[in-house]
Amino acid sequence: MLSIEGLRSRYGRIEVLHGLDVTVNSGEIVTVVGANGAGKTTLLKCIAGVQPVSAGQITFRGEEITLVPAFKRLSRGLALSPEGRQIFTNLTVEENLRLGAFLFADERVERDMEDAFVMFPVLKQKRNLVAGGLSGGQQQMLAIARALMGRPTCLLLDEPSMGLAPILVAQIFDVVKSLKSLHVTVLLVEQNAFGALEVADRGYVMETGRIAMEGEAKALIEDPRIRETYLGI
Amino acid sequence: MADFMQFALSGVTVGAVYALIALGFTIIYNASDVVNFAQGEFVMLGGMGTVFAHQAGLPLPLAALLAIALTAMIGIIFNRLAIETARNAPVVSLIIITIGASIFIQGVVQIVFGKQIYRLPSFSGDTPIPLFGANILPQSLWVIAGAIIVFIALWLFFTRTMTGRAVLATSNNRLAAQLVGINTNFMMTLSFGVSAAIGALAGVLVSPITLTSYQVGVPLALKGFAAAMLGGMGNPKGALVGGILLGLLESFTAGYLSSHYKDAVAFIVILVLLSVKPQGLFGTKTVNRV
Repeated sequence: MLSIEGLRSRYGRIEVLHGLDVTVNSGEIVTVVGANGAGKTTLLKCIAGVQPVSAGQITFRGEEITLVPAFKRLSRGLALSPEGRQIFTNLTVEENLRLGAFLFADERVERDMEDAFVMFPVLKQKRNLVAGGLSGGQQQMLAIARALMGRPTCLLLDEPSMGLAPILVAQIFDVVKSLKSLHVTVLLVEQNAFGALEVADRGYVMETGRIAMEGEAKALIEDPRIRETYLGI
Repeated sequence: MADFMQFALSGVTVGAVYALIALGFTIIYNASDVVNFAQGEFVMLGGMGTVFAHQAGLPLPLAALLAIALTAMIGIIFNRLAIETARNAPVVSLIIITIGASIFIQGVVQIVFGKQIYRLPSFSGDTPIPLFGANILPQSLWVIAGAIIVFIALWLFFTRTMTGRAVLATSNNRLAAQLVGINTNFMMTLSFGVSAAIGALAGVLVSPITLTSYQVGVPLALKGFAAAMLGGMGNPKGALVGGILLGLLESFTAGYLSSHYKDAVAFIVILVLLSVKPQGLFGTKTVNRV
């Protein structure tokens, strides 16, 4: 479904991705784990089109999208729920969700919104409040819900568990797992390697702009090097 | 009492012009957080463009339409060349760019059209209409109607249409706007085009009353800015109310105090407002939880 070959990207003169190959098959949950600064977020930004690619190519559903502008990628089925809860702070929760469905004007929008409220009941309680006033965890949920309103076939999730209370982390990972039954393919980037590998089918380990290891998620959890470096066991 | 009504009517007329300019500020501010100090030049271009198209032989309505369309084009080009290319600069730098553009446009117009003062013929004659014991020029009615129509159109645009929401979303969070499928560059183009067209419309409507020349833009931009601040930057309702209030204040100051102090009113309003209620009458405090 999504294939990345030889991806390089830079901030100014500093190259942060040194040629990555990542593949995500239809229906899979794939995770990219790694330490802070490994380039995980940059990888997702490149796929979403909001970070320039200096070399390599990105193919999505059989078409090359490396140079497609960011705003056209959602209509092809690719959504990013960005790091740091990039929500519309001065609009209400409901307006945020409606903007998530900006590309659509049919009755499914209402249905999708009800589904989002089932997935995140707290958003329903706060639907008419300004999103900037939500707590960090609620903003994170809103960012995911908004991405889903765009009806993605592939959802890119950037650090959904960052800065959340443990009970919310578990809830977010449950939601990620449930996306499988909705036939949404997921590429999940996480520092919380254990939680991510538990819900994922396959995983990649990133170190300073390179893929250091890849394999079945179950195998990676058992790998002694991973356990020591990322899981702290 | 007749005096009072007369001052009120002329205050509303001037206020309607300020409101139109403030509405222009509102659109660009809503799309980009930038306060566009070249807004006054759009007003000047609308008036001057109509004068010269009319002199060249075009009928007045056609000349006005042409001037508005050309000004809209200039607004779009200004965005492409000056704002879009400096997109990653801080907002303050962008505001300074707009001041530069303002000086540049004035200079070009001065070279091309000269320093003379020009007048447009009134649309419906110059016979004053008696109203509430005072007199109002037919042209004033055109100005007031123009402000009200533009206000209603903009208000509907920002609250009822998806494109209006998309403009607001673009200013609030450009990255997130792109991620939900909004073409943010187009929203900026649209905002500058519409804003310039509204400024030009104000220039066309007011030139028969106030006359026009290459340098009418700056004072109008400052008054329009004061009006927008008074009402609450970014809110069309605030722009309308702020504009009319400022016009009335000016008119009463000129009438009852002295016309020398008229121009000071706008700046006193800004000063008082910034210290007492910086978000303006209708502005909302931005709440951000970290």
